[in-house]
Amino acid sequence: MRRTTVIAALAAVGLTLSACGDDGESTSGDGNGNGGGEVEVFTWWAEGSEKAGLDALVEVFQEQHPDYEFVNGAVAGGAGSNAKNVLASRLQTNDPPETFQAHAGAELTDYIEANQVQDISNLYDENGWSDVFPEDLLELLTVDGAIYSVPSNIHRANVVWANPTVLEQAGIDPATPPASLDEWFTQLDAVQASGATALSIGTDWTQVHLLETVLLADLGPEAYIGLWDGSTDWASPEVEAALDDYAKLLEYTNTDRQNLDWPDATQQIIDGKAAYNVMGDWAEAAFQEQQQKFGTDYVAFPVPGTDGVFDFLADSFTLPVGDINTGGTEAWLDTIASPEGQKAFNLAKGSIPARTDVDASEYPEYQQTAIESFANDTIVPSLAHGAATPVAWLDAVTQAVSRFSANGNVDDLKSGLADAAANNLQQEG
Amino acid sequence: MTTQLVDEATPAPTRAAQSTSRSGRARTSRTLRYLLLIIFLIVVLIPAYVLFVTSFKSAGDATPTRAWQLPTEWYTDGWARAWDTLSPALGRTFALVIPASIVSSMLGAMNGFVLARWRFPYADLVFTLILFGMFIPYQAVMIPLVELMQNLGVPSGIASLFVLHTVFGLPICTLIFRNYYASVPEDMIEAARVDGAGMLRTFALIILPLSAPGFVVTLIWQFTSAWNDFLFAIFFSNAQNGPVTISLNFLASGQLQDYSASMAGALIASFPTLIVYIILGRWFVGGLMAGSVKS
Amino acid sequence: MLTKVRSWGPPLLLISPTLVLLGVFVYGLIGVNINTSLTDNIRGQTTKYVGLENYTSLFTDDTFIYSLRNLAMYTVAFLAGTLFFGFVWAWLLERGLRGEGIFRTTYLFPMAVSFVASGVVWRWLLNSNTGESASGLNRGLDMIGLGFLQNSWWTDETWGILAIAMPAIWQLSGYIMALFLAGFRGIPDELREAARMDGASEWKLYRHVIFPQLSPVALSAIIIIGHMSLKVFDLIMSVAGQTNYTTQVPATQMWLAFTRGEYAVAAAIGTVMLVVVAVMIVPYLVHNYRSERGR
Repeated sequence: MRRTTVIAALAAVGLTLSACGDDGESTSGDGNGNGGGEVEVFTWWAEGSEKAGLDALVEVFQEQHPDYEFVNGAVAGGAGSNAKNVLASRLQTNDPPETFQAHAGAELTDYIEANQVQDISNLYDENGWSDVFPEDLLELLTVDGAIYSVPSNIHRANVVWANPTVLEQAGIDPATPPASLDEWFTQLDAVQASGATALSIGTDWTQVHLLETVLLADLGPEAYIGLWDGSTDWASPEVEAALDDYAKLLEYTNTDRQNLDWPDATQQIIDGKAAYNVMGDWAEAAFQEQQQKFGTDYVAFPVPGTDGVFDFLADSFTLPVGDINTGGTEAWLDTIASPEGQKAFNLAKGSIPARTDVDASEYPEYQQTAIESFANDTIVPSLAHGAATPVAWLDAVTQAVSRFSANGNVDDLKSGLADAAANNLQQEG
Repeated sequence: MTTQLVDEATPAPTRAAQSTSRSGRARTSRTLRYLLLIIFLIVVLIPAYVLFVTSFKSAGDATPTRAWQLPTEWYTDGWARAWDTLSPALGRTFALVIPASIVSSMLGAMNGFVLARWRFPYADLVFTLILFGMFIPYQAVMIPLVELMQNLGVPSGIASLFVLHTVFGLPICTLIFRNYYASVPEDMIEAARVDGAGMLRTFALIILPLSAPGFVVTLIWQFTSAWNDFLFAIFFSNAQNGPVTISLNFLASGQLQDYSASMAGALIASFPTLIVYIILGRWFVGGLMAGSVKS
Repeated sequence: MLTKVRSWGPPLLLISPTLVLLGVFVYGLIGVNINTSLTDNIRGQTTKYVGLENYTSLFTDDTFIYSLRNLAMYTVAFLAGTLFFGFVWAWLLERGLRGEGIFRTTYLFPMAVSFVASGVVWRWLLNSNTGESASGLNRGLDMIGLGFLQNSWWTDETWGILAIAMPAIWQLSGYIMALFLAGFRGIPDELREAARMDGASEWKLYRHVIFPQLSPVALSAIIIIGHMSLKVFDLIMSVAGQTNYTTQVPATQMWLAFTRGEYAVAAAIGTVMLVVVAVMIVPYLVHNYRSERGR
């Protein structure tokens, strides 16, 4: 607990210092501070629906806090994998933005342990935010009783997107999705025989994304969560069987996967070049943008074997330690937490709001199903998106998966992942 | 020595061309040479062609499968998008690169003069130690460099990069100037000395006015290498306060590959160095010689 | 006493800023970096010295070994490619012919472009799809009837890194050409004439008279290209991305370690890179130093 004290003390110092730097602008208040100035918001929402979401959010921000000027610090690429490295470098060279996007969960813990973000429990108390966000989500944002970020939205990772026309050409009924991985393999064979790409995929992180859903499908939620705390053995036959399934799935994919990012892979579904694509539900927005109709132009279902499980990730915003315009950060966090901000953002981005007091009927069809699943399903943290493991572990997993994509050696993959787990669990312990 | 090479970097066509015997064999050999040269020319131009045509394509047209075709229609939207993203960074890059080139060239001139003309003990050793700085992989100093810059309080972005490009440009500038000054006739300096001018005055009154060719070489070299730097930039800046290579990298590595804007961006980011190179190409080549060919 | 100050003072004054800066930024930081690499430093916080632990874990890490292997293969390909093309182009141009300027400028222009900018287009050209869905170079090869040459470029585990060498060769062959061209033209006419008088054939003239004269140029080229091969970081970041396994080199590993906050590991990788370069550069510098002193 000593660490907490130190962090709390540092955070307090940070607050005092930045408060002074703000011409005595009060940092208590309701976040509606009127200190003005620039607010650099670091995200990886640089393009497409993500950018549309951010733009919508900025509009609300400027209405609510007209004194502040929004500065877009977005870095594109790789579902944040590029951005995270750039951010890490900036934080280490003492060049923080006013606020940055972080996935709730283990990823956030890294920043907390590195003393790079401040405790904002006081903002939660003042604004009553603790009552409007789901409890299990707040748990992921909390370390040792202190809370460090404000969630903006929730995504589901274990979704298969499919093109019904391509499926029908392969003699598959799109209305009855496969219930298990084995059924899915049969269908993938059928698609491959029909000449289309069976499963489209992109670069490293999208492969990690696929891997986590396969682990979830084969192991079930409990053993899947156990992978990250050491209670599930990576060398066990069950895990190895899951990795064999993953290896098999990869055989159905496009050969230029390393060259593509997720929008290219999802586009192959829209273009009818591929039958299936596993991607988080941010892909929904890509279909919406191109006027695709849910049910006729595309279908979506949980990754076979993961029905009833919600593989979850949430974006959240932080108050970094360092020389920043704290009033601006608080104004931004205030907008993030506000019902207006959440609605504008999530409608545009295709995600579901983190606040619980929302009217689901205001959202499009797919999102309504997601809101319902989130309320009822078993919730597990995503690996590829930083909820399940610290960055170092995810890095090691990515390396093993990227290597497998190159050499197709499943034994290397197994030992690589087992080593990654061993190294990181040992360091935690 | 090296300076001779500088002059010869862009020589007039040589005598061999005239003296070749007009025999059939010579003609065949010349045709063959042209043929090879043209094939190589085409190969070298391939990436430039792809960059150029793709930058004018519309989104649907700019797909890898149509890489080789001309645009179905010529759009300039990609250029506009690239310009929007890169223009602030372009300004910052100029603000970084020009002062950094000037300062390191000035210091380089001073060092070069001392090392070429004042044979103090261990002058060669000092020179060799300075030269080593040119070859080190910057990764070998990067971690403490990050900490040093923080401790010195140099803000991230252009300020940090200015310091780094100036310092790490010193070895090459010193080398170029040393080789250049070695070619300045001894009696000019001797004359100044006889006049009773001290070293500093000799440098300021006699040497600096003679140094224009050296400065052109170092300025061009420093300009291009600082302009094209990515390693320091990614460690010490971001898209809001960094040079154009960073902005271009972020533009091009996006997940929704905006091919036409990326390619237009690559052309925009290369424009200043290409201009420098085309206009001042003679000295550029000269600079390369001086920077590499020793003795 | 006073004369000593007079003769020592001014040169020292001129050269001292550089000596201080390079002393700190090169030698000082190399020392600090080596020191850091012997600790357990995480994000600037050291708790204890761990001896050579960081190095032993690097050299038992398959990925790091693989990255060293990649760097070695890349360096060899980069050297061989640039020397080959550079030499051939210089040889073809050496005797002067009409349009020489056009060829020279075209061959040389890629080096004015940053690796980040050229990475944009090469990322596109080196698309790994083959067959019907082929794009980029693979498609181009298919179009000119060389479809059998299609391959998966940088995504191949064994040979992938060589695909990254292609853009690098494209960029720097012109530079090597310029070096060789200067070398060719630095050879006195009398030498050729004398050989011709002796009745040597053109080939023998080259083989026994001219080529041997070029060996210092070749040495310079090897040194320059050799140490540049560590700059492959920029190219990989823009073509393949930082996490792609098949294109890992020590520089990308160092960057990843830095972003994870593992400063000590990053410092150790930096030191390994320094040693790799030093093995190549130090003998060259020593050789240089000796010949300077021998003057």
